[in-house]
Amino acid sequence: MNLSLFTVSAFLILDSEGHRVLAKYYRPKSHPNASEANRHLNTLKDQRAFEKGLWTKTKKPGGDIILYDSQLAVYRHSLDLIFYIIGSPAENEIMLHGALTAVCDAVHLLLRNQVEKRVVSENLDLVLLCLDETIDDGIIVETDSTTIASRVSRPKADTTEIVINEQTLMSAYQTVRDKVQQKIQQL
Amino acid sequence: MAYASKKEEESGLSSYYNNKTTIIQEARVFNESPISPRKCRALLTRIVYLLYLGESFSSQEATTLFFGTTKLFQHKDSALRQMVYLAIKEVATTAEDVIMVTSSIMKDMQPNSEVIYRPNAIRALCRIIDPSMAQGVERFFKAAIVDRTPSISSAALVSSYHLFPHAKDVVKRWVNEAQEAVNAKSSPSFFGGSSGGYLNFGSSGSPSSGYQPIPSTSYIAQYHALGLLYLIRQHDRMAVTKMIQQLGGGKSGAGTTLKNPMALCMLIRYAAKIMEEDPNMQRQMLDLLDGWLRHKSDMVNLEAARAICEMKNVPTAQLSKAISVLQLFLSSPKPVLKFAATRSLASLALTHPSSVATCNVDLENLIADSNRSVATYAITTLLKTGNEASVDRLMKQITSFMSEISDEFKVIIVDAIRSLCLKFPTKHVSMLSFLAGVLRDEGGYDFKRAVVEAMFDMVKYIADCKEQALSHLCEFIEDCEFTKLSVRILYLLGMEGPKSPQPTKYIRFIYNRVVLENATVRAAAVSSLAKFGVNAIDMGLRRSIGVLLNRCLDDVDDEVRDRAAMYLKVMKERPLADAYIKEESVFSLAALESKLVAYISDPVAVSQPFDATSIPKVSRAQLAAESVRPSTLDTIAMPVVKTDSTPPPPTAADTQSTYVHQLAEVPELAEYGPVLNSSAKLAQLTESETEYQVTCAKHIFKEHIVFQFNVTNTLPDTVLEQVSVIMQPQADCGLTEDFIIPVPALMTSTSPGIVYVSFSRDNPEEYATGSFQCTLKFVSKELDPSTGEPEEEGYEDEYQVEDVELAVGGDYIIPSYASFSSEWDRLRTGASSTETFSLTAMESIKAACDSIIEILNMEPLGGTEVPTSASVHTLQLSGLVTGGGGKVLVRCRMTYAKGEGVTLELSVRAEQERACALVVSAVSG
Repeated sequence: MNLSLFTVSAFLILDSEGHRVLAKYYRPKSHPNASEANRHLNTLKDQRAFEKGLWTKTKKPGGDIILYDSQLAVYRHSLDLIFYIIGSPAENEIMLHGALTAVCDAVHLLLRNQVEKRVVSENLDLVLLCLDETIDDGIIVETDSTTIASRVSRPKADTTEIVINEQTLMSAYQTVRDKVQQKIQQL
Repeated sequence: MAYASKKEEESGLSSYYNNKTTIIQEARVFNESPISPRKCRALLTRIVYLLYLGESFSSQEATTLFFGTTKLFQHKDSALRQMVYLAIKEVATTAEDVIMVTSSIMKDMQPNSEVIYRPNAIRALCRIIDPSMAQGVERFFKAAIVDRTPSISSAALVSSYHLFPHAKDVVKRWVNEAQEAVNAKSSPSFFGGSSGGYLNFGSSGSPSSGYQPIPSTSYIAQYHALGLLYLIRQHDRMAVTKMIQQLGGGKSGAGTTLKNPMALCMLIRYAAKIMEEDPNMQRQMLDLLDGWLRHKSDMVNLEAARAICEMKNVPTAQLSKAISVLQLFLSSPKPVLKFAATRSLASLALTHPSSVATCNVDLENLIADSNRSVATYAITTLLKTGNEASVDRLMKQITSFMSEISDEFKVIIVDAIRSLCLKFPTKHVSMLSFLAGVLRDEGGYDFKRAVVEAMFDMVKYIADCKEQALSHLCEFIEDCEFTKLSVRILYLLGMEGPKSPQPTKYIRFIYNRVVLENATVRAAAVSSLAKFGVNAIDMGLRRSIGVLLNRCLDDVDDEVRDRAAMYLKVMKERPLADAYIKEESVFSLAALESKLVAYISDPVAVSQPFDATSIPKVSRAQLAAESVRPSTLDTIAMPVVKTDSTPPPPTAADTQSTYVHQLAEVPELAEYGPVLNSSAKLAQLTESETEYQVTCAKHIFKEHIVFQFNVTNTLPDTVLEQVSVIMQPQADCGLTEDFIIPVPALMTSTSPGIVYVSFSRDNPEEYATGSFQCTLKFVSKELDPSTGEPEEEGYEDEYQVEDVELAVGGDYIIPSYASFSSEWDRLRTGASSTETFSLTAMESIKAACDSIIEILNMEPLGGTEVPTSASVHTLQLSGLVTGGGGKVLVRCRMTYAKGEGVTLELSVRAEQERACALVVSAVSG
């Protein structure tokens, strides 16, 4: 029984070929059984093999959940991508699924429902921040997708900022007043 | 270009976000002036992304990047700052000197900064902070935990959670704040939240304007706060119990302040743990769980149902309620719910098949479910709960999708079928053909082994299908890639094949192995052939085997040649064949191992050949019972992998080897030579709840006897010094005390300490027996509670413990298996004696048997320990006398008459006269 808050052991996005689009394996240092939890899927090679095997079992949509290689995986298809959350086999399935729904829905909100490989790769910053707002080192931080989406900032263009303060307002006002005065004088 | 496209295939998007070198070079943009937030954010994204692709930075690279990143604190663009924090979190694990940025991060944590990245700052802080600085941030954390914005409160709680193991004392002081966060009822005011969210959607506002996120409706801070509270209180069961009662909200569960379903799930787990540890709380906790079964969240229902299902000795009423909750899930359209329910039911069916049977109708609908995992669980559950009639149909269904599921599930199914075979032996035809079919499929070692073991069981328990199963196995080894499995099958063929009506048909398969396989398999095949040769009734077959074995004499491998040569010789001489091939007893492996270890570690003994006669023997059936393999079913199908279960009790071999290890550490005992025998179990000399606990083990050496006293001090605030045990032997027991090795100081932390008392055997030829009065003697000193140092003045004290018995059985005789009739005949010429006793106190033959076995500590043979008649019985016993005393056999003929008790005629035959006398003295004494 997992008595700690560390619930998620990995978050994955794989593409239609089974290649890794994004993979975050959580190895929390403060985990009570750190050494035990870290034994599995430690090296890149193991992880790749795991992802490949998982993908072949889950490439058909509609399953939503599978126990693979002693790991519980919930997944969701979205156009040419599959989102996964991996947890320990003892975990509450619905809890993991809730976390997955939260990330996926938030990503959909942020990418305006165009969740496919191309759009994800163009907006990686949003996806990464979205993940960080949902899961922090294996702990589920938030499950409300609108809240998560609203907590992700968007980048701004590098234009010189238009500063609006008392001074600039005054000068604008003065410019307008001058112009108006000129117009009136012309009449 | 071709290279680049290949690279892209390899790692998805890496051509777009290229490699590590480029990124480190491009890190220059962090130093540009003015900083371009857009460029920097893009580069930070690439750094984090590169890590997520599996790349790793060296410590030097990470440090450079990290300090590059910190320059960006000059810019106040919130979109940039948020990404900076993510990068800091990811890089901090490998970079050095990360604590340098603490003050920059602390600035962003200030309560007055209403910015989007304040929670990010809080969550990043715990990654870079040094535990010793935790005190310095205490004020911020306390304020943040109780902040009205849920994201800030959550961030602070999660951060504290990460900090806790490193700075326990500081984080413990935040318990009141965490308690407040658990009870927090309201989200931020509706007005502030909605307007802020509206303005900020798309982040078009100016960077430092008051940020208001969309209020969370999840109350998730309760989950984090509860997790932290438990972490702080986990070792205090009373506090946890109280917490569960407070937050559980009374009997119906309606009064709870917890609104977050995940928080409730955690509470259920804590409750389940309390139930397991404290049976007195079961009633109360069960009521709470019962209420949670009716909660409106599926997640909570599932967690409660599962907790009830996993409980030991769960009342039927509660269990059926939990099952009906899971049953509702079965008809849900959501795969996750179906999966969760079938998985729980499948594991529950192992222990409570009849209770689960109520769901059979719903499970039937799931056997063709599109999620194969759900279908597998449903079928295995049905296999366990179903009746004989449904078996064929289910088997057909399984065969149709066996190729689509993962190896783990295949093993689950095969195991379910294995237990089913034993339950419905009449169905063996369809099951065997199923197993044979899957044996031909592709599959890994674990899967194939499960199938082969299932067939082994069928061969063993279902006589009707033996021949069929053996021929399937024969076919399997024709094309088997696993040496281990081939060897095991060849062994089984050798054991079972000769008994079959047509042994000849197996020989072709076995000899094929000799021709085609590697040396290990060839050697196994030769042994197997030899068994046919020896056991065959038909002389023609025996000759043919001789021809085949002769051919093996030319093998390239020496092991194969040697075996062939040996068996050829053995086949010609019947007594040898009986000894080497038909022998039903084997060495007790545990005893053999410890003797061998002792032999190797003793330099004196190496000059003489190893003496195998002193090792007790066990029958094959006993050996099989000892090494019963745990069913994989129990471990895989369980939703909870039991990691915290107690380790299995140490076997005899383990205790023996621990003793050998412990004795080897005592220099005074080094010259005694090897231990002849150590007590199999410890004798308790005190009650288990006394202040000082003493257990005793006896070690017999050639000329000495050593008593080992394990003394435990249970008083935490006292230290015992000069602990020794004074032993007062009965007059003329034939032992002289040599010395006592006391324990200098004994505290609770160093308990148990070992006191050794050594005696010399006056005449090593005699078996000294007797009882000893024992007294524990020590100097007791109190510990100063403030310093932990013992006080100078102590007082001497004595503590009477129970007597130690040095007896025949257990100390001199150990059980050993033998085939009684042949041995009894063989020892006819050896030492023997017969005496008659009248045991008037015995109530029955059974009681007499039990006490004789206990006194003599010998192995009862052929089931004679259970008398079949109430008036006349013969008990046969076999044992070994330690120290080269050799074998001893005992035949007890008993009659029982009401009023007179049991009359016993005790006949002893042994290899040596003194062994004989020893047994007689033990019974008469």
